[in-house]
Amino acid sequence: MADTVQTWGATATDKAAAKPNTMQLLLRRRSTVAFLMCLPLIAIIVCLVIYPAFYSIYLSLLNKAQTRFIGLANFTYLMSRDTFWMVVYQSTIFALAAVFFKALIGLITAHLVNNLPAKGQRKWRGMLLVPWVIPLALSTLGWWWMFDPTNSAFNYTLRSLGFSGVPWLSDPYWARFSVILVNVWYGAPFFLIMYLAALKSVPEQLYEAAAIDGANAWQKFIHITLPMMRNIIAITVLFSLIVTFANFDIVQIMTAGGPRNMTHMFATYSFLLGIRSGDLPLGAATSLFMFPILAIAAIFILRGVRKRGREIG
Amino acid sequence: MSSLSRRSVLKTAALGSAAAIASPYVRGAYAAGSLTLGCWDHWVPGANAALDKLAKEWGDKNKVEVKIDYITSQGEKDKLTAAAEAQAGTGHDIMSHRDWNIRIHQDKLEPLDDLVNGLIGKYGPISPVAEYLAKIKGSWRGVPTTVGSQVKPCCSRIDLYKEHAGIDIPALFPADESKWDKAKVDGWNWDTYVTAAQKLFKAGFPVGLPMGQTSDAVDWVGGLFNSYGVVMVDAKDNIKINSDETRVAMEIARKIMEVSPPDVYAWDDAGNNRWLISGKGSNIMNPPSAWAVAKRDNPKVSEQCWTHPVPRGPKGRFVGQLPQFYGVWSFSKNKQAAKDFLTFVSQKEAVASLVEASVGYDLPSFKSMYDLKTWNEVGPPAGTVYGYPPRGDEQTSITGAPARSEVGAQIYNQAINTVMISKFTQGKEKLDDVIKWAEKELEGTLRA
Repeated sequence: MADTVQTWGATATDKAAAKPNTMQLLLRRRSTVAFLMCLPLIAIIVCLVIYPAFYSIYLSLLNKAQTRFIGLANFTYLMSRDTFWMVVYQSTIFALAAVFFKALIGLITAHLVNNLPAKGQRKWRGMLLVPWVIPLALSTLGWWWMFDPTNSAFNYTLRSLGFSGVPWLSDPYWARFSVILVNVWYGAPFFLIMYLAALKSVPEQLYEAAAIDGANAWQKFIHITLPMMRNIIAITVLFSLIVTFANFDIVQIMTAGGPRNMTHMFATYSFLLGIRSGDLPLGAATSLFMFPILAIAAIFILRGVRKRGREIG
Repeated sequence: MSSLSRRSVLKTAALGSAAAIASPYVRGAYAAGSLTLGCWDHWVPGANAALDKLAKEWGDKNKVEVKIDYITSQGEKDKLTAAAEAQAGTGHDIMSHRDWNIRIHQDKLEPLDDLVNGLIGKYGPISPVAEYLAKIKGSWRGVPTTVGSQVKPCCSRIDLYKEHAGIDIPALFPADESKWDKAKVDGWNWDTYVTAAQKLFKAGFPVGLPMGQTSDAVDWVGGLFNSYGVVMVDAKDNIKINSDETRVAMEIARKIMEVSPPDVYAWDDAGNNRWLISGKGSNIMNPPSAWAVAKRDNPKVSEQCWTHPVPRGPKGRFVGQLPQFYGVWSFSKNKQAAKDFLTFVSQKEAVASLVEASVGYDLPSFKSMYDLKTWNEVGPPAGTVYGYPPRGDEQTSITGAPARSEVGAQIYNQAINTVMISKFTQGKEKLDDVIKWAEKELEGTLRA
């Protein structure tokens, strides 16, 4: 009845108002609203990720004074340097070793936490996440004090127990070990939380069925847990590989690339060449070398994830 | 009500225009606008306040609002800020630049020839290191600052040298240059230094010379290399590292490293300070910051510290110098005010207040200013930092010179000299292999 009254009493203006215009139609589409809500994030990504990425590609193609286009000369120059290849080797060792140990420790602790009684589990989860939530620069400074070349807290303890001190940062190989250790300490909680989430999503019935078939804990892990977690493991490893390859803070604070350039990573070496030595194009070229390495890793890992996704589908 | 004729308006406008052209900036009540500075954040408490005071004094007199942002050099934040401002073409009017940064930003810095040449005319010769770093293609692109500029002479423990090495350091370098005995001072050479270092090592108080890749390490090794005549790359781009001079200097370095704490390869610029302050070290090469901190944290050590010239080599006595500069960006909106302010803070009276506030740490680039009373007065012990400004036959030097400054910057920042010594001593590589490695690295620095 009310509708009828409205229709009879409607003026020309009311009719126009009743018919939505293009903008209103556009706003009613869910994809448009979604796009508008994402717009601030897109703007941030464009300004802080895409623009700097393209700008660094542009920079890497210029000469030292940034006055002339020199094509790929910066890249070919780098490839002719022994120190640069040492940086490639060190970055690879650092990233692979750190990601492997982070994944291993994350997997073990995730299982341990998952098997804790539900009541105390939250406390343990919170405590184990602490390294990951402390600002990295601060925690690394703490580690540096413990590894301090002259007044190391670790060495003090070792000497008090009758052992000799360890040249944590002054010996190149121990220095490599130390920076990897700090990276593992910082990054393992990320793996823990991801793996814990994955473990909790494994249907309990599968384990029950396996138990009925007489499977032991190891067999359950190999034949149920691991296959169910493969995708999350792959994606976590990929994310971590990218972040670890690009690591700057830990090495810069603890060793600044020394001794003898033997702990430099792509990011710290790029900083040395670009900012400290004033050759921004060469610094940009160094940092861009990470891109193909990570792109290849991403292609292989994501291809595996998609393949498994199709199998499940 | 006054009448405003067309003629009077034109007259006023003409006078105003003439005044604007004649005077660099209008001295009205803050009509000259503002002047912004990005300055190095001094580590000495109270030293920034001295610069603030000078800025206020000049600003009030000239009706310019001066604003100073202090930027720490921790993590090279000051260099990052300068790089960002240079790329963006906007930022402070005046920026302080450490070591090689003037060269790096030379194309975006205003020439300051009138200013610096005026100071040279008034105060005499300027430090050759400052000239090497800031005079580019015949034009001064930065004016050396007092704030933060430093040299790195020896700071030795009086008691330990006397007891274990038989050397009376204050008697050798008393706090009055006219009393220095030339023959005895000449005897303070690298061989004497090594012999003393060996004795002090045996006594359990090794010298603490860093061998990492930061400036304290690069600077003392640069002084050693220069005193033996080692040239890495000459001014005409010739690589000269493969020489007998290099081999002799490397041997001296090896002897020193043999009696140094094994941690020196990982020391940053604070490592040697901590070593001396802890009471374990007998000698470092550093500005008087270690002594100043010891005065607060370990007074018994500070009372035994004496700053004095570095050892001499066959080619002379060279101390590492690291000057800082103020540069005026070419995109500054108040260039004339910036130049006037820099002229003001470079006068001897202003310099004296800055040196005093930094307890003698800051070092002007004019030798004629080395007679400031601060270096005679601070203590204990009285006269402890008299030997901080280069005196006698001590000359200043910087690693990388005499190569073109574009090349020198890379030699310095990549610490090629200390990596050479680390490879030779810690890495036990053959000297010829180390020199070959250095030749290849130096070849890379010559890239256009």
